[in-house]
Amino acid sequence: MRKEFAKGIIDNFSVYPKQVFITGDLGFMALEEVRNVFAEQFINAGVAEQNMVTVAASLAYEGFIPWVYSISPFVTLRPYEQLRNDVCLHNLPVKVVGNGGGYGYGIMGSTHHNNEDIGAMRILPNMKVLVPFVSSDVNEAIIWMLNNPFPNYLRLNLAANINEQIPPFAAWRKIKSGTGAVVIGAGPVLGNLLELPDEIYQKLEIWVVSIFPVEEIPAELINAVLQCKRVLTIEEHSGNGGLNEAVAPFLLKNQASPSKYINLFSKGYPSGKYGDQSWHQEESGLKGDALLNSIQDLLN
Amino acid sequence: MSNVLELPSIVKSVKKRFLKMYFNAKAGHIGSSLSCAEILTFLKFSWMNENDELVLSKGHAAAVLYSVWAEAGIISEDEINTFYKNGTYLSAHPPVNKIKGIPFATGSLGHGLSLAAGLALASKLKKDDRKIFCVTSDGEINEGSTWEAVLFIKAQQLNNLIWIIDRNKLQGFGYTESIMPLEPLNEKLLAFGFDVMRINGHDFIDFQQVKNACENCKKPTVIIADTTKGNGWEGMQDKLECHYLPMNLSQYEAMMLNLEV
Repeated sequence: MRKEFAKGIIDNFSVYPKQVFITGDLGFMALEEVRNVFAEQFINAGVAEQNMVTVAASLAYEGFIPWVYSISPFVTLRPYEQLRNDVCLHNLPVKVVGNGGGYGYGIMGSTHHNNEDIGAMRILPNMKVLVPFVSSDVNEAIIWMLNNPFPNYLRLNLAANINEQIPPFAAWRKIKSGTGAVVIGAGPVLGNLLELPDEIYQKLEIWVVSIFPVEEIPAELINAVLQCKRVLTIEEHSGNGGLNEAVAPFLLKNQASPSKYINLFSKGYPSGKYGDQSWHQEESGLKGDALLNSIQDLLN
Repeated sequence: MSNVLELPSIVKSVKKRFLKMYFNAKAGHIGSSLSCAEILTFLKFSWMNENDELVLSKGHAAAVLYSVWAEAGIISEDEINTFYKNGTYLSAHPPVNKIKGIPFATGSLGHGLSLAAGLALASKLKKDDRKIFCVTSDGEINEGSTWEAVLFIKAQQLNNLIWIIDRNKLQGFGYTESIMPLEPLNEKLLAFGFDVMRINGHDFIDFQQVKNACENCKKPTVIIADTTKGNGWEGMQDKLECHYLPMNLSQYEAMMLNLEV
């Protein structure tokens, strides 16, 4: 989604000229054109993310719309107190962009992964977390953020490729209908369902959550859960603080308790070994045979 | 803009107000406010223009900030009387956006210089002629984020930013030079590309001189203001205790009496 992101930023610059783009020394082969277009409103703040985030807070206070960009953990967890104190407590429109949430940086290793970002960011006061699913979501998410005068975090990853017609970017979207079970997911990891045998895939009703905190749950989804009584959540994120914990209270409040409720999430580094993003997803049961087994278990 | 000769009487009034605030609240951080009372008084009454901004990074000295702002008529005396009480805007560290002239909540050390850098950068982008002032403690120079800000300010050539270090040489649990030695601080900051000036931070004449010198500053500026923590608090100044302990009645009365002279 990096290329889509750069294009989206450039396309929207003339419409929202108060944007300032600040990178924490990232952007090689991705942000060169953003730098050209933004000119003096593009700043490389160096490898100094705490300062970068606080500077952005002040720019937002002064009426600018600052983007701060880095690899996901370096722009969320490293400057976490700066985000809380200077951005979120003051409810300022700083737009945080983390490249490669989950295992997105693959073989780069655990320091570059971020399986805690959604949980960490969604509990910050006034913060909205945006998790695009497909590539067309990116520009729509950018426009959503530019129109939302509060703190936001955008989690970029490799986009999912799916066949279905996707509704425009929104907090909740129904991807397809099915009567066997409901799958609720966040982010491109949901695209792994496409690798399932078609007869299984067709049984699934699939919903994607793209904005956190979750503030409501669609009535249509509640009805589907009441009908089939089987729910699976899937997220490339820690089992703590992510999608499942955000959605489950709404099922409970709506008395939509499934008889089978399976949660798939990032399990960290069970073997202590490293690989690409798909490899880590498989090790966490988010892809491949383990995913198939979970879905079969759900449907049985 | 007040004449420098008027400042001694203004700072006395500022001190009397915040000492009363601390005494009524039975609160600590008195030493921190006494340390930078002249700094904030000079900035507000002899240096800052109306649109200039001040970030008090050492948020634990909020009482002196509130008192200076009250002296300037920005905070009412009724509001001052709510200090430390339930339902106040005047918390022990500056609050979020509730008071004109206090742009940011501070209190976690090492944020203020970056906040000031962002304001100074905004001024440059807007091409306005504001000055941005930032008062930090010396202890918070321990924070890595302060040095991130130093590098950034130099990189962006933010010569509209004036950083004042309240160099009282005491931090949370001892003397700065025995915990994380800062000296030679002048040389360090010179090496980072700042114009460095060092003054007696309780002396308004010194401040007037650096203000004049700053008229021609081409580089980012730092003023190391040598101060005494708890300045004027007999028996307590330059002691760690003056950071934490409230005043007893006799200490309070003695200080108030001294300020009448």
